[in-house]
Amino acid sequence: APNLKTRQTFVTPGETPTSFDDIAHYNNFYEFGTDKLDPSRNGGGLQTSPWTLKVSGLVKKPQVYDVDQLIRQLPLEERIYRMRCVEAWSMVIPWVGVSLSHIINHVEPLGSARYVAFRTLLDPDQMPGQRGSVLDWPYVEGLRMDEARHPLAMLSVGLYGRTLLPQNGAPVRLVVPWKYGFKSIKSIVEMRFTERQPPTSWNKANPQEYGFYSNVNPDVDHPRWSQGRERRIGEFAKRRTLMFNGYGSAVAPLYAGMDLKRFF
Amino acid sequence: MKKPVWLKPLLFVVLLAPMTVLAISWIRLLSGTDVPALTADPVAETTRVLGEWSLRSLLAALAVTPVARLTGWTPILTARRMVGLIAFSYVLVHWSFWMWLDLAWSPAELAKEIAKRRYVLFGMAGFLCLLSLAITSTRGWIRRLGARRWQSLHRLVYVAGAAGCIHYAMLVKGNQAAPKIYLLILAMLLAARYLPQRRRRSVPAAAKAPVQAPPRNMTRNAIATSASDIPNI
Repeated sequence: APNLKTRQTFVTPGETPTSFDDIAHYNNFYEFGTDKLDPSRNGGGLQTSPWTLKVSGLVKKPQVYDVDQLIRQLPLEERIYRMRCVEAWSMVIPWVGVSLSHIINHVEPLGSARYVAFRTLLDPDQMPGQRGSVLDWPYVEGLRMDEARHPLAMLSVGLYGRTLLPQNGAPVRLVVPWKYGFKSIKSIVEMRFTERQPPTSWNKANPQEYGFYSNVNPDVDHPRWSQGRERRIGEFAKRRTLMFNGYGSAVAPLYAGMDLKRFF
Repeated sequence: MKKPVWLKPLLFVVLLAPMTVLAISWIRLLSGTDVPALTADPVAETTRVLGEWSLRSLLAALAVTPVARLTGWTPILTARRMVGLIAFSYVLVHWSFWMWLDLAWSPAELAKEIAKRRYVLFGMAGFLCLLSLAITSTRGWIRRLGARRWQSLHRLVYVAGAAGCIHYAMLVKGNQAAPKIYLLILAMLLAARYLPQRRRRSVPAAAKAPVQAPPRNMTRNAIATSASDIPNI
């Protein structure tokens, strides 16, 4: 049952949300295993409360938030976004959360802060996938400051009106709808404001295949598969992938003048 | 050594069980029942599972001869062709699924994929190897080609095994263990053939006898246990 009070502020036109069941049972969250069903099977041990989110680095007011308290205090919104995985499948998800800029404004970044680095929990007891070396744990991600401040970038604490399940990145995760899903880091424990571009997990694992930006782009193929089409969960045939996942009119100005084939 | 009657039916049932489960799952899915095991993307999941069982059954086929050599239990050789054909049927369904639902049976799309993506190239190479082996797997083809040429042709099964393992290794994201395990098993199976072969050289008479073309009425299984101890396939 819904347990979060929200008001709907954004709907992606023409899209029907994917079923809750599919969103909760088709996941890439390698901290719990590499099969799509692993995160829902192995996520049960994640202690999502109490949870602290540390915000540090180049800011005037560093914070250590209690996430339960954040969830109670923030003016939660529901936003229906497309989610495009780099593996060429996609979903439509009714997220609950706030603009990331909410938190950014609260901690007051210094003028020298140009990037935000994010880090996931590191605890192989709670995240059994971290006992293997699929990736260099903990998972890290990053955004340029203007991307992080973009009104579509979201810090999410729920979906379908309820708090997040572990497999969906409980208790707090990033949602950047115009980038491939792996940029939307899950189960965040720290946000750090930096001057230099921070390392990101998939870029470290394979820089030829995963760039820092990783914007959804049908014209730049992943070296091993096409990004021109995607399978929407629930459909059999593939459909065309949209530039910036269909959010180009809102986010294209962030990349004006950039060669998106080079900065992929 | 007497051939156990249960051997082939047992291998048949065990190796084709995953295919049967998939078939039943798809019948249920298409008739509107929720099938959690197929995940929210049944096409991708089915292709993945078929690929996995292609490799497993191909490695099983490659393991038959080493098992016979190391244990001396030659009756197992009578199951080799069947296991190989099961591996081919997994590959065939795996390939057809991809051709149909991802490429819509378009030869142009297939050509583009092969040219562009190395993992597709390896997968197709393995598929074509196994296709030629499946076609020539009959007694008639052994006769037509002659035992020696037939044997050389069927060494392509190693190429298919290697191509399949590389295809899988090139496909996964991140540093995953599974493809490495398959490659390790493949390497061990190749090594297992090489080592006893060297030992056989010091046992002159039987081992050095060349493989002879089979008489018309001989089955492949009979060739396997008579021509040389165990042929080098």
